Amino acid sequence: MHSLRDRWRRDRVLLLLALPGVTALLLFHYLPLGGNIIAFQDFQPFLGIWHSPYVGLDNFEPVLTGDPVFLNALVNTLIITLIQVVFVFPLPICLALILNATISERLKRLTQSILYMPHFLSWVIVVALFQQMFGNGGMLNAWLRSADLSTFHIVGVPELFKLMITSQVIWKDTGWSTIIFLAALSRVDPAQMEAAVVDGASAARRLWHVTLPYIRPVIVLLLILRLGDTLSVGFEQIILQQAQVGAGASEVLDTYVYNHGIVGGDWGTAAAVGLIKGMVGVALVLGANRLAHALGEQGVYAK
Amino acid sequence: MGEPSKLGFGARGLVLGLGCLAVLVPFWAVLITSIASPEEINRAGGFVLWTNEPTLDSYRAVLSGGVVTRALLVSAGITAVGTALSLVTTIALAYALSRPGSLLQKPILLMTVFTLLFNPGIIPMYLTVKQLGLLDSYLALILPVLVNAFNVIVMRAFFQGIPGELRESAYIDGAGEMRILLRIVLPLSKAVVSVIGLFYAVAYWNAFFSAMLYLQSSEKWPLQLVLRTYVVNNTPIGSDQLSSNLENLPPQISVQMAILVISVLPILGIYPFIQKHFAKGLMVGAVKG
Repeated sequence: MHSLRDRWRRDRVLLLLALPGVTALLLFHYLPLGGNIIAFQDFQPFLGIWHSPYVGLDNFEPVLTGDPVFLNALVNTLIITLIQVVFVFPLPICLALILNATISERLKRLTQSILYMPHFLSWVIVVALFQQMFGNGGMLNAWLRSADLSTFHIVGVPELFKLMITSQVIWKDTGWSTIIFLAALSRVDPAQMEAAVVDGASAARRLWHVTLPYIRPVIVLLLILRLGDTLSVGFEQIILQQAQVGAGASEVLDTYVYNHGIVGGDWGTAAAVGLIKGMVGVALVLGANRLAHALGEQGVYAK
Repeated sequence: MGEPSKLGFGARGLVLGLGCLAVLVPFWAVLITSIASPEEINRAGGFVLWTNEPTLDSYRAVLSGGVVTRALLVSAGITAVGTALSLVTTIALAYALSRPGSLLQKPILLMTVFTLLFNPGIIPMYLTVKQLGLLDSYLALILPVLVNAFNVIVMRAFFQGIPGELRESAYIDGAGEMRILLRIVLPLSKAVVSVIGLFYAVAYWNAFFSAMLYLQSSEKWPLQLVLRTYVVNNTPIGSDQLSSNLENLPPQISVQMAILVISVLPILGIYPFIQKHFAKGLMVGAVKG
């Protein structure tokens, strides 16, 4: 074993290389993490974090007593998560299976290039595109008007808001999300597949017994990660469209934190809700990972 | 694989075709409306899908100084500086972490990975940026997102895939770490560097919320905030904002669509060059884990 001094002499260049990145992570991840202490303070901007008085769990009151505004945000968040896990999550798997079955390599690559593209557009652009297509003065309604058909309203209707944001998520990310499933699918052993065909397995059985085992670890991994994001649903996407539909339909935990803290100046409560959100996220990932291990899957990290 | 059935083939083609149309039609409509003549737009009452009299008036109006031109320069500057800084920092950190057994490698790796697990939250983030005196500064749009742990991990996995013998032989020949990184590792890592570079560039170009949170004066706005104000929120945009000397301002909708096209164009421009690296650059890291 080398002495510490030898190792320092050998590795100091590496440490120097790591320094800028480590500093950035400390300053903008770990320092703010400590800043969550204001969840337990009656934070006054002019007193700052060092001099604001501590108030125990007072800031957690809306959470503990079930304040209706907070509950509304929580319920909206959970509904949107549920919709996205049930309806959005399986779509890229299906699309990847379809793409994988495409025989022409050129056609496959062209389709992929087109379908990946929306992922790289900002939420501002996606929301703008949707409004221009489906808004009251948008392309679809202009066309309906010119054909003397009745127009329909979808943008700015609170009842349809969750449908709207779900369609936007599907449009933006379904294509890109196939990339990891396609990588897993490319490892399916052709000999195994041929053997299944020779043995007379139907297409459905081949999918179930041959293809699925290859992509199952990826599906489990992504489900766990998605679970960790349960309480964060499309913050930028929602804040952009909140004014049109009102808080009732669109307030989620992240927008609650922003609207109460940054906009409303109720720093303590906002930080408390943000802190709970973060902790629940970590707990969900670790819990789901445990469950995956218990079920014999690999999960996010190996045991 | 298996016997191809006509029905399955047709259904698959239909799904893929509809998917591609759903992506392409909005782009097409936006592009054509931005170059259509005012008469055609009036006749259609908004969007047009074909134009016989294309004109670049709306682009001239938007790019001849004023709000949009300034925002475009701001966004381009942030993206260029931010991407360069992020790439250098990420490559350096990923290289340092690609050498198991080196001093402090394990704690630094753990510290990096751990940031993936939690999000400090909006309020503490805002207060930190404020405490560091970065409010209303462009640095606030760069420094907090300088290093993305996921990108570091992907790049590190790629570096570790480079045969160790190459490094060792260079080491025996007397090359130092910097030389090995610059002369051996980086030239072999073009795929991963360009993909991660694209990720950073897209993130900087698209950043909307951080600009809204940290920039107070509207003269500093990047393109995404201008886009939100004049396209999403439909705030009327006139000669005051454009400082244009065109006699007749083009119709509102073509001006809006021109802004939209301008904000999408850089991404579509570099996308084809980077896209071929996706499989190679990303998959090595992501699937191997």
